[in-house]
Amino acid sequence: MSAIQSTAERPVFGSITLKAVMALTGIVLYGFVFVHMVGNIQLYQGPEKINGYAAFLKSVPPLLWGTRITLLAAVLLHALAAFTLWRRNLAARPVGYAHQSFQAAGITSRTMYWTGPVIALFVIYHLLHFTLGSAHSQFSHTDVYTNVVVGFSNVWVSGFYVLAMLALGFHLFHGGFSLFQTLGLRTPKYEKPIKLVLAVLCTVIVVVNVSFPIAVLAGLVK
Amino acid sequence: MSGSKDINIKLRIWRQKGPGTKGGLVSYDVPGVSTDSSFLEMLDLVNERLMEKGDEPIAIDHDCREGICGACSLVINGVPHGPRAATTTCQLHMRSFHEGQTITVEPWMAKAFPVIKDLIVDRSAYDRIIAAGGFVSVNTGVGVDANAIPVPKENAELAMDAAACIGCGACAAACPNASAMLFVGAKVSHLGLLPQGQPERQERVLKMVEQMDAEGFGGCTNMGECEAACPKEIKLEVIARMNRDYIGAKVTKRPKGADKGGGA
Repeated sequence: MSAIQSTAERPVFGSITLKAVMALTGIVLYGFVFVHMVGNIQLYQGPEKINGYAAFLKSVPPLLWGTRITLLAAVLLHALAAFTLWRRNLAARPVGYAHQSFQAAGITSRTMYWTGPVIALFVIYHLLHFTLGSAHSQFSHTDVYTNVVVGFSNVWVSGFYVLAMLALGFHLFHGGFSLFQTLGLRTPKYEKPIKLVLAVLCTVIVVVNVSFPIAVLAGLVK
Repeated sequence: MSGSKDINIKLRIWRQKGPGTKGGLVSYDVPGVSTDSSFLEMLDLVNERLMEKGDEPIAIDHDCREGICGACSLVINGVPHGPRAATTTCQLHMRSFHEGQTITVEPWMAKAFPVIKDLIVDRSAYDRIIAAGGFVSVNTGVGVDANAIPVPKENAELAMDAAACIGCGACAAACPNASAMLFVGAKVSHLGLLPQGQPERQERVLKMVEQMDAEGFGGCTNMGECEAACPKEIKLEVIARMNRDYIGAKVTKRPKGADKGGGA
C-alpha cells in the first residue's frame, strides 16, 4: 500500500467489538434487573410469600450457581469493556477545550461514567447487605422479609438505595438506547417506540424498587 | 443587506507556536466588525491589524469559503463551526454575534488531530481512514452507461445524504470522546448502500474501523454531539449502519483458507 498508511498500532479489541460486548452483557443485566424487581414485589404479599420465593430460588443449586456465574461474568465483561473504552476515550483528547457547549447530549448520556461505578458500588454493598449478610446487623439466611424490614429501617441505608436506583434508571435508559444503536438495530422505523418503551420500563424499575425502602420507612411494611 | 452595523467584540483565541508545544488562549479586542462580514473575514481583519503592528498573524485553515470543501475548522464558543446549525465556519456571519460579546475560538482538540499551528490541525488521520478502504475499485476504460446498474431510489437518496460529508472533522471535534464514528459511518454508508460498493463492503468496514481505532480516535457513547455539530447534517443512523456492517462482517467473514464450497 501507499505511504499514506499509518504505522500506528491497532488495538487487539476494536472499539465496536468492545461496544458490542457491552451491549450483549447489557441485555443479560437488563433481564436480571427486571426479573429481580418483579420477584421483589412479593414483599408486599407478606413474609411467607417472599421467604418462600427466596427458598424456591435456592432450591436447585446448579441453577442458582449457573445464574450467579453468568451474571458475574456479564458484570465483569461489561465493566472491563467500559473501563477499556473509557481509558481510550480519555486518551483521545489529551488537551481539552476551555469552552465546550453541549447541544444534544442529555443528562443520562453525560452521566454514564458516574452512574456505572455508583451501580457497581451499590451491587457490592447490596450483596454484603442482603446476600452474604456481613453488612447487616441481624442477618438471617432464611428470613428475607425481616432482613429487608430491619435493613431499610436505617434512613442512611435506604437513602443510598434510593440514590442507587435513580442512577440505575438513568443508566438503563441511555444504555438501553445505546445497545440498539451499537448492535445496529436502531432504525428510523423503531426509534420512537424504542425510546418510549425504555422510558416507561426505566420509570417502572425505579419507582417499584424505590418503593421498598420507602414502604419500610413509612411503616407500611413491618 | 439592511440592518448592517459595526460591533465591538472580544476574542479569546488559541495560540500555539507549533506541533507539540504548549498552547493557550490569548485575548484580543476587536472594534469595528461589520455584522455582514463572515467569521473568517473578521479573522482576516484581526490578522491585518496584527500584521500592521508587526505581530504574527493567527494561523487558520480555509479554502473555498462557500461551505463545501471542509477546510475551515474552528470551535467557536464551544461548538465546532459555531452557533448556527448546518453551517460551516466560513458561512457563519458576524450577525450571529452581538455587541460586546466575548467569543472563544479553539482548534479541533483530538489526539488524532494534532495542532500544526494556532487553529490549524493535521487532519490526515481522516485521509488514512479513507485510504484504508473508503473507495470503490473500478477498471479504467470506457465509462459505464448511466442507469446500466439499477439503484433503488431510496438507496440513492440515502447514499447521497451520507456522501454530503465533507470530512471536516467537526464530528470528532464535537464528540466528548473525540470519536470519528460519524465520519466513518458516513463513508461506510455512502459506499455500502450502492451496488458498486458491494464487492468490497466487508473489507471496507473492517479496514476503515481498524484504521480509525489505530489513529487514536475515541469510541461512540451515543451522545449525539457529532450529529448536532455536523455542517452537512449527517445523521446518527449512519453509525448504526456502520455497527451493523462491522458486526456482520466480523461474524460472517470467511477465514482465509476456509472451504470455498462446491462448484466445478
